[in-house]
Amino acid sequence: MSPTRTPVPDQMTGTGRGRGVAVTLSDLRRSYGPIRALDGLTLDIAPGEFVALLGPSGCGKTTALRVLAGLDDADSGRVEVGGKDITSVPTSARDMGMVFQAYSLFPHMTARQNVEFGLQLRRIPSARRRERVAEMLDLVELSDHADRYAHQMSGGQQQRVALARALAIEPQVLLLDEPLSALDAKVRVQLRDEIRRIQLEVGTTTLFVTHDQEEALAVADRVGVMRAGNLEQLASPHDLYARPATAFVADFVGLTNRLHAIAEGDHAILLGTSVPLLPGSTQHGPALLLIRPESIEVTADPTGRATVITASFLGSTGRLHAVTDSGETVVAQIDNDTVATFYPGDKVTLVPRPNPALAVAASE
Amino acid sequence: MSLHGTRRRRQAGFRWAVVGVIGLFFALPIVAMVEFTTRAPGGGRTLDTWATLFNFSVIDADYPELQHGVLASAGLTLLTVTIMLVMLVPTMTWVRLRLPGVRRLVEFICLLPLTIPAIVLVVGLAPVYAWVAYFLGESSLWLALAYVILVLPYAYRALDAGLGAIDVKTLAESARSLGAGWPTVMWRIILPNVRTAVLSAAFLSVALVLGEFTIASLFSRDNLQVAINLLGKRDSSLAIAAALAFMILAFVVLLAMSFVGSSRRSSRSEES
Repeated sequence: MSPTRTPVPDQMTGTGRGRGVAVTLSDLRRSYGPIRALDGLTLDIAPGEFVALLGPSGCGKTTALRVLAGLDDADSGRVEVGGKDITSVPTSARDMGMVFQAYSLFPHMTARQNVEFGLQLRRIPSARRRERVAEMLDLVELSDHADRYAHQMSGGQQQRVALARALAIEPQVLLLDEPLSALDAKVRVQLRDEIRRIQLEVGTTTLFVTHDQEEALAVADRVGVMRAGNLEQLASPHDLYARPATAFVADFVGLTNRLHAIAEGDHAILLGTSVPLLPGSTQHGPALLLIRPESIEVTADPTGRATVITASFLGSTGRLHAVTDSGETVVAQIDNDTVATFYPGDKVTLVPRPNPALAVAASE
Repeated sequence: MSLHGTRRRRQAGFRWAVVGVIGLFFALPIVAMVEFTTRAPGGGRTLDTWATLFNFSVIDADYPELQHGVLASAGLTLLTVTIMLVMLVPTMTWVRLRLPGVRRLVEFICLLPLTIPAIVLVVGLAPVYAWVAYFLGESSLWLALAYVILVLPYAYRALDAGLGAIDVKTLAESARSLGAGWPTVMWRIILPNVRTAVLSAAFLSVALVLGEFTIASLFSRDNLQVAINLLGKRDSSLAIAAALAFMILAFVVLLAMSFVGSSRRSSRSEES
C-alpha cells in the first residue's frame, strides 16, 4: 500500500510560525508480534503547527509519537525533522521536548532543577541557565514553586513544570503524550488552554496525542483521527466535525445519529426532507445517514411521527431522545430553555436541517 | 474505658516480654563472651586480653593472621559491594526498561544461590578458582567473585523493591528526551532515586561478607572469620575478644550506613 499524503494547509507553510520546523513521517510501520501498531502512517506537519492525533486505545497514536521521539523504532519508514532524516538518530540527539502521560518530574530534584536539567546537559553557562529557568517557570506561571519537589505539587503543577522543562531546551518539536489524562476535569481544561497559549507564544511545532476528542478539537490546528495504525482523516477541527470523511470519523468525533435514508445523487431523503450529502457518500439507494444532533430540529406537534423518550438539561444546552414511528432512535440537540417543555410520551416532528451529512451503505 | 485500659496494659506487657526475651537471646552470648575474655588465671577479672587486642604492635608481631584476616575482609567487603552494585543496578534497570519479559528469569537466577549450600558452591567453583588462581594469583580478594554470588539474592530483593517504587521507564525516557545518554540517566536520575535501596543492598552484602567463613575456609583463603578460627587454636580468649570486637565494629558500620540513608532522606524532606 502506498502512503497517502494529506496536503499541509497553505497558511502553515512558507515562513512558518515562530521557530518551528516541518515534521514528516513517511510510511511508518511498526508491529508488536501479530499486532500492527503502525500500518504505513504518513503525516506532514507544517513548521509551528499544532497537530493532535486522536483515536481509540490501540490505534497507534502513542506509537507514532514514540517513533518520532526515538523512544521506539519503526520496522520501516522514515522520520524527517526540518528536512533531515532522523530515523536512526538516538533519542538523546533528536532535540525534542516531551511531556508524558505519567508524572515524569525527577523526584529528587526541585522544579527549578528539573527545568535546568536539559540545559546543564547542553552546557549552557550558569547565568544564562538561571535566566532561562526563570523565564520558563514564569511562562507556566510557577515561579513561586521553583524550589518545590514533585511531591509538593499538584498533578497540574507537575505537568506544567514538565512542560517548562520540555520547552527550556528550545526543542525543534514538542511532543505531548496524553499529558492531561491523569488530571481532574477542571484542571484539564485550564492546562489545555494554557498549553495552547504557550505553544502559540513559542511557536514550536507540536504533536499532541490524546484520546479525548474535546481536547484535540480545542487546541489543535489540525486533528488526525487514527484507526488501526493509519490516519483515517487529517483536517481542521471544524472540517473534521462538520465534514467527516468516513463513518468511523463521524462516529468517533462527536455524537452522531445513524438514520435510514434514501440517497439520490448529491442529496438524501431523511424523514421526508432533503439533506445535502458530503463527498464520499453513497449516492444511490438505501443508506445510513450520519447526522449530528444539532442538525435535527424538534418541534412539539401532537400529530408528529416521533415520540419523546427523554429530554435532558445539560447546562448550556439540552438533549432530546425520541423514537420515530419506524422504530429508529434519534438524538437531537435543543435549547436549554425549551427542555422543560418536552415530556416523555410527547409527540414531536423531527426535521433535518440542510447541513451536509455523510451517507454510508446501509450495511456499514 | 477500664476494659480498654486493661487491654492496653496487657498488650504493652506482652510487647515488653517479647522484647525482653529477644534482648536476652542476643545479650546472653555477648555477656558470656565478655565474661570469658575477662577471666584472670586463678580467678578474678582482668582486661589483659583486651589490652593485647588493641596493642597493634603486639598483634602485628605475634598474631599476623589476624591482621591479614582483617585487611582481607575489608578488601573483600569493598570489592563485593562494588562488583555487586556495578553489575546488578544497570542490569536490573535495563531489564525493566527494555526486557521486561526476562525479569522473572533474572529474578530466578539471582535467587538461586539461596537454595545452593555453600559446600556445593565450593565444589562447583573449585575448578573455576583453579583458573582464577592461575591467571590472577592466589590473593584472597578473588573470593569477592564467589561472595557476589552469595549476596545476589539479598541485593536483588533490596534493589528490586527500590526500582519498583519509581517509574523507571518514564524517568529514563524523560531524561533521554532532554538529551541525556545512558550513563547520565543511570548516574543522575536512577541512582539518586534508588539510593536507599542501594544502601540496603550494600548493607546486607557487608553483613554477609563480614560473617562468611565456609567458602574462605574451604578454599584455604584468609578472611576475618578464618583468622579468628585459627587464632582460637592458639589463644581462645583473644579469639573471642577479637570476634566480639569485630562484631561491634560491624554493628557500628551497619548502623552508620543506615544513618547515611536516613539522614539524607530526612535532610531532603526538611529542605522541602
